[in-house]
Amino acid sequence: MRSIVLLLLFVFVGHQAIAFPQEKIGKEELLVLPGEVGRAGGRLVVSLRGEPKTLNPLIAADARSREVIGVMQADLVHINRATQQTEPALAKSWKISPDGLSYTIVLRRGLKFSDGQPLDADDVLFTFRVYLDENVHAPQRDLLMVGGKPITVRKVDEHTVVFQLAKTYGVGERLFDGLAILPRHLLEKRYEEGKLGQIGSLATAADQWAGLGPFRLKEYVAGQRLVLERNPYYWKSDAQGGRLPYLDELVFLFVPNADAQVLKFQSGETDMISQVGAENFSVLSKQQHGYTMVDAGPGLEYNFLFFNLNDSIEKTSPDIQRKQKWFREVNFRQAVSAAVDREAIVRLVYQGRGAALWGLVAPGNRRWGNEKLPHPARSLDRARTLLKEAGFSWSNGPDGGSTLLDSDGKSVEFSILTSSTNADRAKMAALIQDDLKQLGMRVQVVPLESRSLLDRVTQSRDYDACIMGIASYDADANSDISVWLSSGGLHLWSPSQAHPATSWEAEIDRLIEEQMSARTFEQRKKLYDRAQEILAENQPMIFLASPNILAGAKNSIGNFHPAVLEPYVLWNVEQLYLKNGMENATR
Amino acid sequence: MRVRRTFAKWLVVLGVLHGMVVCAGFFAPYDPVEQDRQSPYLPPMRLHLLDAHGHLHVRPFVYALRLRESSFDQFEEDTTEPHPVKFFLRGARYRLLGFLPLRMHFFGGENTRIYLLGTDAYGRDQFSRLLFGGQVSLFAGLLGAGVTLFIGWSIGAVAGYYGGWRDSLLMRVAELFLALPWLYLLFALRAFLPLAVSPLEAFFLITAVLGAVGWARPARLVRGVVLSAKERDFVRAARGFGASNGYLLRRHILPETSSVLLTQAAILIPQYVLAEMTLSFLGLGVPEPVPSWGNLLSGLQQYSVLVSYWWMYLPALAMVPFFLGYLGLASSFEERGAVYKIESRIWGM
Repeated sequence: MRSIVLLLLFVFVGHQAIAFPQEKIGKEELLVLPGEVGRAGGRLVVSLRGEPKTLNPLIAADARSREVIGVMQADLVHINRATQQTEPALAKSWKISPDGLSYTIVLRRGLKFSDGQPLDADDVLFTFRVYLDENVHAPQRDLLMVGGKPITVRKVDEHTVVFQLAKTYGVGERLFDGLAILPRHLLEKRYEEGKLGQIGSLATAADQWAGLGPFRLKEYVAGQRLVLERNPYYWKSDAQGGRLPYLDELVFLFVPNADAQVLKFQSGETDMISQVGAENFSVLSKQQHGYTMVDAGPGLEYNFLFFNLNDSIEKTSPDIQRKQKWFREVNFRQAVSAAVDREAIVRLVYQGRGAALWGLVAPGNRRWGNEKLPHPARSLDRARTLLKEAGFSWSNGPDGGSTLLDSDGKSVEFSILTSSTNADRAKMAALIQDDLKQLGMRVQVVPLESRSLLDRVTQSRDYDACIMGIASYDADANSDISVWLSSGGLHLWSPSQAHPATSWEAEIDRLIEEQMSARTFEQRKKLYDRAQEILAENQPMIFLASPNILAGAKNSIGNFHPAVLEPYVLWNVEQLYLKNGMENATR
Repeated sequence: MRVRRTFAKWLVVLGVLHGMVVCAGFFAPYDPVEQDRQSPYLPPMRLHLLDAHGHLHVRPFVYALRLRESSFDQFEEDTTEPHPVKFFLRGARYRLLGFLPLRMHFFGGENTRIYLLGTDAYGRDQFSRLLFGGQVSLFAGLLGAGVTLFIGWSIGAVAGYYGGWRDSLLMRVAELFLALPWLYLLFALRAFLPLAVSPLEAFFLITAVLGAVGWARPARLVRGVVLSAKERDFVRAARGFGASNGYLLRRHILPETSSVLLTQAAILIPQYVLAEMTLSFLGLGVPEPVPSWGNLLSGLQQYSVLVSYWWMYLPALAMVPFFLGYLGLASSFEERGAVYKIESRIWGM
């Protein structure tokens, strides 16, 4: 009996909560999105490359968690993934002071979290306090340190906050993209107990979690799926005033491997697919029953080969130290770069759906590339000349093959690590192995599980060379900052240095930091161009190729416009809808 | 008589097949690791005798393949110019039997490359890779089976002949070996080894592992044979005349195990070839670019290869005659062994 009363109470409360905003809708300042007006209802199923680790933006480090958090949370200022420009989000407007040091942000009025609690300036203050708290160890903290000092936040009134920077910051308001505004009413108690890192597991009860994104938690089935439902309080509407998102439900299926994702999409179990490899893309393109595959063009992922240039670690074995003598030779790295057949990589690995790379800025990023950067064609002769200048020589083998010898007469042999789960990079490694064989280098390819690969590169540093890929999350120079700076964790050839090991690394550090505080785009671009040139001269990373962004969706999905920025297909999830009269046959 | 003939037949079949693999350099038109980057995933070329105009050619020829218009992976024959197949022509260097430097190849094309079984993702000739891959796979099988049989034979003979606690101990160890999950142990073992293993090291590692794994079964069989042989009248008689253990084993008991050993060998070799293929398929075998039959098939782990390039399955088919040969040999060994035993028993009376 009591349970029935409770149940009734819940139904009543729930009803109230939904009815509530209808009355006050006039007071809400909704963001009106242009574009095709869709139809409300239905559910969308997408696959996720494995289970996300957490829903908590404060501890999320893996791409899967970030993808899920992306549709459950919202930021003050957002970068439109299609135009790559900033646009207002939770902030109705913002103003940057003439000296570039203070940002005044005005929040939309009448907004609510997905559990119906109102949003105000205190939530914003709380959010940034948590991000900047050293004890929380939030990954966002580094982004909020400008000129070595944390950003300070001040409340002006219920809907206005001022951010104060210690130094001018070239990125401007892009800084706020991706910084989820957290619900103070749910987290404050946990924060004071120091337990923020422990909450937000996928098993969290749906009423214990809230965000400002288009969807909210509904159900989680371990090992199978995560079901999100429409956030009725979402703060965007379409051009006709219909409240977004259109979809009632968004389902993430956990599908651990790329081939299984393709099969699920092909059989209609999932409605969209993204991050498709070129070979699977052409398989899917061959027989498009009821779905369409889209090549969105070059993306921001760059794949590169790098050598172990870490120095003075006692742990490195004498064997690696001996090989590092070659790796430290600029001519050696230049020669390897000259010998790599990038054009073949694009053709054989990406089936032509990609672009050869000579620098860190991928062709999908049109504003920041340095056009003056040389694009030397493959030349074994130049590679041989470079090696000869550096004191290398060749000995002729009995079979007509030659072996490259260093100045001590030792043959040049090393191994290249690749991730065993990434077929594309394994293929690149096989091609490079053959390219370098023609210079007389004996290369072995070692496929390694990606976690232990990363551990070797960043922790134990026990490797010769490695092929990796990084996808910039934004088309701004600053998104790759931890690759550029010698103190950065993704400065892979020698990560997290206390002091720059070489003069050119010091010079890059200087240029990048200066670029960060430059005010105009032209100033920043000039500094960034110079940094790219230094990188090309020294070749610590030998850039290989960049794949196109390939995606697909059922024809019944409206507003499907894959972008070259993450999340490639879900960036406009609030506008996705199921077209009329084309209900999904699978359900 | 009939038994002997089928026996010889299987031997000849196996001899020819192994001969082709041993002389892979001669029969394969190209170097197995050479990449032809202009033609990845080229389908097998057809041998023609009739050209597009209906003329009959004495010498078989192929047409070059070109990409069909507006497609990335569909090929069609370019029938403008037939390319005759040349025999005994000079090509890439190789070493016959590992030491004889030669450049002569059995067949090839003069202005075009002939891909009888198509090419793989890097444009390497699948036919050449199949032959060279056989060297690794078959040799690993033979060597592994040899090591296994030797270990199994010694342990089985000691256990059977001496009996007592030695027998119990050895047989319990054998049971333990039968019960271990080998594949998972191999994964663990691979994790302990240094990262980069050269192809030769990898090869010997595989053979050693294969050899060490399977000795329990032959050991049990040999022990059974030894147990029954040592109780035979002529063995007892010889012992009565003062023959030593060594003499008895050498002269009277171990010869009895020969038919069991031969049959076991014929069964174990294909099994071990298959085991090597499994390891290579899973990436635990010889590393790229060295071909082995398992490596050739490992591309099939990718869905896109599975549905797009049917010729990548062909290496799997090529193993069938080898296995058939060995299993045929095993069954004729068995028959021969049975006949021999009956004959000897009658003769002995």
